[in-house]
Amino acid sequence: MNKTKSIVLGMALASGAFAASSAMAATTLENVKEKGHLQCGVTSGLPGFSQPDEKGNWTGIDVDTCRAVAAAVFGDPKAVEFTPLTAKERFTALQSGEIDMLSRNTTWTLTRDASLGLNFAGVNYYDGQGFLINKDIGVDDATQLDGATVCIQSGTTTELNLSDYFRAKGMEFKPIVFDTSEQTVQGFSAGRCDVLTSDRSQLAALRSKLADPESAKILPNTISKEPLGPVVRQGDDQWFNIVKWVLSVQINAEELGVTSANADDMLKSDNPNVQRLMGTDGDMGAKLGLPADFGHKVVKMVGNYGEMYDRNVGPDTPLGLDRGINALWTDGGIMYAPPVR
Amino acid sequence: MKKQTIDSKPAGPKPWYDPRVRSLFFQVVAIAAVFWAGWTLVENTLSNMESRGISTGFGFLEETAGFGIIMSLVPYDATMSYGRTFWVGLTNTLLVSAMGIIAATLLGFIIGVARLSSNWLVAKVSLFYIEVIRNIPLLLQIFFWYFAVLGALPSPRQSIEMGGTMFLNNRGLYVPEPLTQDGFGLVWGAVLAAIAAVVGIRIWAKRRQLATGQIFPTFKVGVAILVLVPLLAYFVAGSPLEWDVPALKGFNFGGGITIIPELAALWLALSLYTASFIAEIVRSGILSVSKGQTEASKALGLPNGLTLRLVVIPQAMRVIIPPLTSQYLNLAKNSSLATAIGYPDLVAVFMGTTLNQTGQAVEVVAITMAVYLTISLSISLFMNIYNRAVAIKER
Repeated sequence: MNKTKSIVLGMALASGAFAASSAMAATTLENVKEKGHLQCGVTSGLPGFSQPDEKGNWTGIDVDTCRAVAAAVFGDPKAVEFTPLTAKERFTALQSGEIDMLSRNTTWTLTRDASLGLNFAGVNYYDGQGFLINKDIGVDDATQLDGATVCIQSGTTTELNLSDYFRAKGMEFKPIVFDTSEQTVQGFSAGRCDVLTSDRSQLAALRSKLADPESAKILPNTISKEPLGPVVRQGDDQWFNIVKWVLSVQINAEELGVTSANADDMLKSDNPNVQRLMGTDGDMGAKLGLPADFGHKVVKMVGNYGEMYDRNVGPDTPLGLDRGINALWTDGGIMYAPPVR
Repeated sequence: MKKQTIDSKPAGPKPWYDPRVRSLFFQVVAIAAVFWAGWTLVENTLSNMESRGISTGFGFLEETAGFGIIMSLVPYDATMSYGRTFWVGLTNTLLVSAMGIIAATLLGFIIGVARLSSNWLVAKVSLFYIEVIRNIPLLLQIFFWYFAVLGALPSPRQSIEMGGTMFLNNRGLYVPEPLTQDGFGLVWGAVLAAIAAVVGIRIWAKRRQLATGQIFPTFKVGVAILVLVPLLAYFVAGSPLEWDVPALKGFNFGGGITIIPELAALWLALSLYTASFIAEIVRSGILSVSKGQTEASKALGLPNGLTLRLVVIPQAMRVIIPPLTSQYLNLAKNSSLATAIGYPDLVAVFMGTTLNQTGQAVEVVAITMAVYLTISLSISLFMNIYNRAVAIKER
């Protein structure tokens, strides 16, 4: 009996290995179309970026980036399934094919781009690392933080920036590293640390989660550049292009004044730039392997970049973040997309 | 037995009907299949990783880590390598595991014995402890201790002061650090001499007891020697010890030794949790010793304490040790829950931050698995040796 069992087990293992080697031949676009939905990796809950509401609908700027890609591929922004991931899990999930794209406030760095088998498809939020402090420690500037205890979430560029910053300034600090941002906030509110450090946009979100948000403030210092954006697997240029250009279409749409409200009227526009964007002229969709009117669908169903920003993180949301450098280049910001032509 | 005699008949069946040949054949095939499957998996992983541009190899261990760690038993700063972060994580894991095993064993034995006490209150309190602690998930208990420990403590500026040298606040317990000066070697020498003397006295006392039946108070004399001799040497050498007393600097205390609340909470939770299981193991061990043994010991006139120490426990150990080994293994493995409260153990530092900064998941996970396997096998080996030493020897 035992022998038979072990043989069967051996065969099963062997055939499993075979199956694994023959998979992954199809392109990501084909896989996504066959599944009928986009599998998108997001944070497990960060207000403004990706967070499920009480009905289980995911909202946030990172979520909208996923929805825009789904709108381009399927003409349906709801054809997305979300996989909540911690910072530690995110890259492995993408590398192993568990998700089709990662849209999880992930910083674009050289190491990640070059050694993880990943491609960064653009930037949907320009961020920088800052400090959240308890008001009663009486500090106005990060240079006064020598000797402070700092709460951090593990598996982020934040840990490295923090260490670099303190070393460059000749200051010391004590890091308390938690697994999730929830635990980090808990540690901060329990008084385990003087300072919580993270990207500034996240600090605004985390501060709003505190029992008494007024007791804490964000220091004016920004100690790093954190370009955040969607990520895809390396080696599938078509899919890389799709994600990259869906984001560019949204940014161009804002620049050209195309919104979800006027997208249908814009189909009749005389402006050749708008015509190419809406798919009424040229074959932009076909070049990406998408329907001709994918740009129209993205803007109509999800909105242009400005709408996406205002709806999720803008001044009228609980996060209340000004556009700042995320404004269009025409408005003095650095949000600049290559032309659709 | 009978079957074997039939098998080994001189005129055996043809090879393909011979059960031994067939079993050998199938085992070889099974092993080959398993090896082939394993090799295919490794080969596949490597070629897939290469084709997707994912870095492989162990070169990353030499690279600069560049992140801070709050507690390290080996010297560490952010300019050191990922190889060093591995050692920091490993020693932190070993520290909390060892502390947990010692505390859980002591506490488990006390509660296990108390559970069988004839005193109703003592027995019921032990029962209550066991039932409550072992039925609550460990992670919850870790969170409870962490936030209960933190919540009860004041901020650094309102620290609880003990004699002006020890301070307790929500950043940890700060105690003075002894810094040995020249001449402290004499004290170490005295400690070694005292240990040798105590061992000698023990052997002498045992011989004397066997010869004359007189009992020598080895324990009391031993403690006295162990304390007094090094103390004498210390003063003779001219008190060669200075204390680095912690002091409030800016936000936190500096200097001295810090016991961080993460370590305290994890240690408490692991010890208390595992102790409740050990208590039940000890109880079952004691109950396995026949009542006649206790009665015989009483008949000899031995008091309760000696009966327990010399008659019951040694016999109970044979039943206790195998399941106790499992509990030690559990404790060592459970220490990886540290990552939830920010204690920098191997999983948090190496499989957490290091994996994420380098992205080399396969290598890092393989190393971590190898470490836990080694820790578990070492505990197992040590306990098996001990088990053999106390097992019934049939002569």
